[in-house]
Amino acid sequence: MLVVDRHGGLVRINEAARLLLPDAASGDWLHERVPPWLSDAHRRICDGLSDAGSGPPTGRIRDRFLEAHPTTGDDGDVVWWLVDETDRRFAETALLDVRARSEILAEVSGALLSTLNAGRCMEMAASMATEHLAEAAVLVAPPQGRRHPLTFARRGGPVTQTVRQVDVSAVPGLAEALQGFPPVPARWIDPADLPDWVVPEGFTSPVGSVIVTPLPGHGVPAGALILLRSGTERAFSESEEVFARLFAARAGAALSAARLYTEQAAITTTLMRELLPPALHHVHGVEYAGGYRASKDHERVGGDFYDVHPSADPSGETLVVLGDVAGKGLDAAVLTGKIRNTLHALLPLAEDHRRILNLLNGALLSSHHTRFATLVLVSVLNRDGRTRLRLTSAGHLPPLLARADGTVEEVATRGTLVGALPTVEARTVETVLAPGETCLLYTDGIVEARGGPLGDDFLGTERLKRALAECAGMQAEAVVERIQMLAAQWIREGRHDDMAVVAITAPRASSHAGDEESGRNGWRNT
Amino acid sequence: MRQATATDTVVERLWRAAVEGDEPAAASVVHEALDAGVPEETLLLDVLARVQARVGVEWAADRITVAQEHAVTAINERIVASLAHRRTGGGTAPFRGRVTVSCVDGEWHAFPARLVAEVLSLHGWRVDYLGAQTPTPHLVAHLHQSNPDAVLLSGSIPTHLPAAHAAITACQAVGVPVLAGGRAFGPDGRYARTLCADRWAPDARGALAVLDGGVARPNASAGRQAVDDLPHLADQEYTMVVRSRHRLVKQTLADLEDRFPPMRAYDDLQRERTAEDIAHIVDFLATSLYVDDPELFTTFLVWTADVLGVRGVPARFLVASLDVLAEQLRDFPRTMRAIERGAAALGAHAVRTGSGSGSGS
Repeated sequence: MLVVDRHGGLVRINEAARLLLPDAASGDWLHERVPPWLSDAHRRICDGLSDAGSGPPTGRIRDRFLEAHPTTGDDGDVVWWLVDETDRRFAETALLDVRARSEILAEVSGALLSTLNAGRCMEMAASMATEHLAEAAVLVAPPQGRRHPLTFARRGGPVTQTVRQVDVSAVPGLAEALQGFPPVPARWIDPADLPDWVVPEGFTSPVGSVIVTPLPGHGVPAGALILLRSGTERAFSESEEVFARLFAARAGAALSAARLYTEQAAITTTLMRELLPPALHHVHGVEYAGGYRASKDHERVGGDFYDVHPSADPSGETLVVLGDVAGKGLDAAVLTGKIRNTLHALLPLAEDHRRILNLLNGALLSSHHTRFATLVLVSVLNRDGRTRLRLTSAGHLPPLLARADGTVEEVATRGTLVGALPTVEARTVETVLAPGETCLLYTDGIVEARGGPLGDDFLGTERLKRALAECAGMQAEAVVERIQMLAAQWIREGRHDDMAVVAITAPRASSHAGDEESGRNGWRNT
Repeated sequence: MRQATATDTVVERLWRAAVEGDEPAAASVVHEALDAGVPEETLLLDVLARVQARVGVEWAADRITVAQEHAVTAINERIVASLAHRRTGGGTAPFRGRVTVSCVDGEWHAFPARLVAEVLSLHGWRVDYLGAQTPTPHLVAHLHQSNPDAVLLSGSIPTHLPAAHAAITACQAVGVPVLAGGRAFGPDGRYARTLCADRWAPDARGALAVLDGGVARPNASAGRQAVDDLPHLADQEYTMVVRSRHRLVKQTLADLEDRFPPMRAYDDLQRERTAEDIAHIVDFLATSLYVDDPELFTTFLVWTADVLGVRGVPARFLVASLDVLAEQLRDFPRTMRAIERGAAALGAHAVRTGSGSGSGS
């Protein structure tokens, strides 16, 4: 407690206050003995300026943090009650620190979990470590062979990534961290022992303190994080080491999720490659184009399939296959893969469609799959400017022919489906495509597409034929695009089955002089 | 100037060959120009792009069929592929970075995106071109695998803007910035801003300039939802119109029989075309509610009035359709404002073009 007169002179000072201000005595000027926050507050009160609403003045005297409550006496003297708030203040600061750290951790998790790309994830983890924890950070990923992917970050600098063979045992605690052992306390690591490769480019000042902490993954270590501070900064405190561990736990979880996703995606891509519909090219003077849309938009494969098997020499027949396995999704797609492989093996027998179908039938009946399939085979021969087709349907929708005069014909081939009965009955039909004419193969997903402007109509064969009637003279790609677009606009966001279309088109004669064999056959639409 | 006239000639020759469906002739026009020293970028942006743009104009004027439209597009696509094929191995520009070029989910007009992809490759960008009709989950999966510097998202038809918004938000949520482009985003890119795309470019050269300047990564941790960008969606009017789309089309079709006498003589095919026209009106109305800009709706209506006009459908059809829609949507103030603005725009357009009498063939 201090008593101060209206001119700023100290009148009285009690025992407790004397501990705080040992040099002060009655008669001294207040402003010569206490910091300005208190003497200024006193002057404001004596000048009659109210501080109402802003709370009592607060500030430091020596190492204590105080709140000053004034009481004005009748004689104009002010009694200042000084309340020690140091401990509360300390607790509040600690609380703020904790809150700030949990906010940082939430932000870190949010940012890291947003990406499933391991490279990007490491880049962000290193960059955020320099933002919140250290001046520089090095993220060492588990080795690929003998080389480690390394991510270097420096506060305010760019993040760089390399894959390098480095001596991890040269960094104290790093080899252990990479194996998932608990981190070595920072104070045990002598910064002078660090090998040069750990220090990011542009980090010029000598390293003062180091943290090496494992990145715990899901069951397996996801790497280790090295944090660096220069000698001019204060060393890592124990609470900062704890925080670094929390940070590393989040980074490790995000990183192993990203790695897992990357591995799974690579496996899927490899397995899927064989099941994806092939890109079709123009072969031996005939145009082929195909389009595929799986029943679920996030899938790429389903129960529909098509293939074009060119003959080895231009005078031979090219075999086109389009089919539909009962069911959809991955299970159906796996069966389409088997059928496509079987048909590929049966190519030498393509002369006889019925024989192929019966051999395929036998293979399907003897396999453990209980599904059946419908398909259509078309052998295409282009000779002397005439494109001859032999078509055989095995329980499949009839192929359509878009004639040059704008009419559309159904090909009258029919047969039984494959994989259900002991033998397949099928009738082969022959026809010729004039230049500009197209033969369209399609699956029931197209004609059974539900939607339209009123929302619940089938697309139907009639609409398909009407659209195809406008396609005389168009290239195979354009026909396929037209039909796919028609179906897509018909169903909009509605549910649909797998949809596949293949167009076989006899090219139109060109007015372009000097053109041979439908131009430069090398242009492939891939 | 000489260069300009030269490209004009190439454009004209290419157009004639392509609209005839004569691919070899069309291809040789372009390859001859390339051999004669016309730079590939000029061929892509000042020849092929102009021919493609003409497709839309000629279709609107009813001078070419839908089939011809597809034929020209297919020929243009194959010519671009052949140019790229010729180029392989001859990569001269230094590597700039990696980007993904994709169309909005549901967008079939892939050619503008294709041109952007080719021009960026010419300038040293490694481009993953995902093509037309890319489902947003595929796009996002691709981003996780390739971690590109940016996504270039192309949209031509404004009704895909809600899907574009979903794609933009999804890309940004994985920390990849989005550069939007294409007619759908408005002539000044206003809808790119509405949908919070990171950047917008008017054309391929503009996109190149934006990428060269660098595009900052968005803050991935700030998980955003559509309504955060577009608070007006909270009034549910967009949702209601989209959800009742089929009912609106059916009801409008039924009520039009009384208001629009020519319809009584329509056959099934004409009736279906009319239903499609009404569905388009509802779709554009919904989209204008989504971006909260009635002008998107009025622009569509005026354009449609012209398209229907040259096909002998009287302008009265659109006005009558709006009247019927307005009766069903009376409870939605934002929707009503858009419809009123649309009717006013059609009235003004009729006065301007003198088609107000509704005379059609």
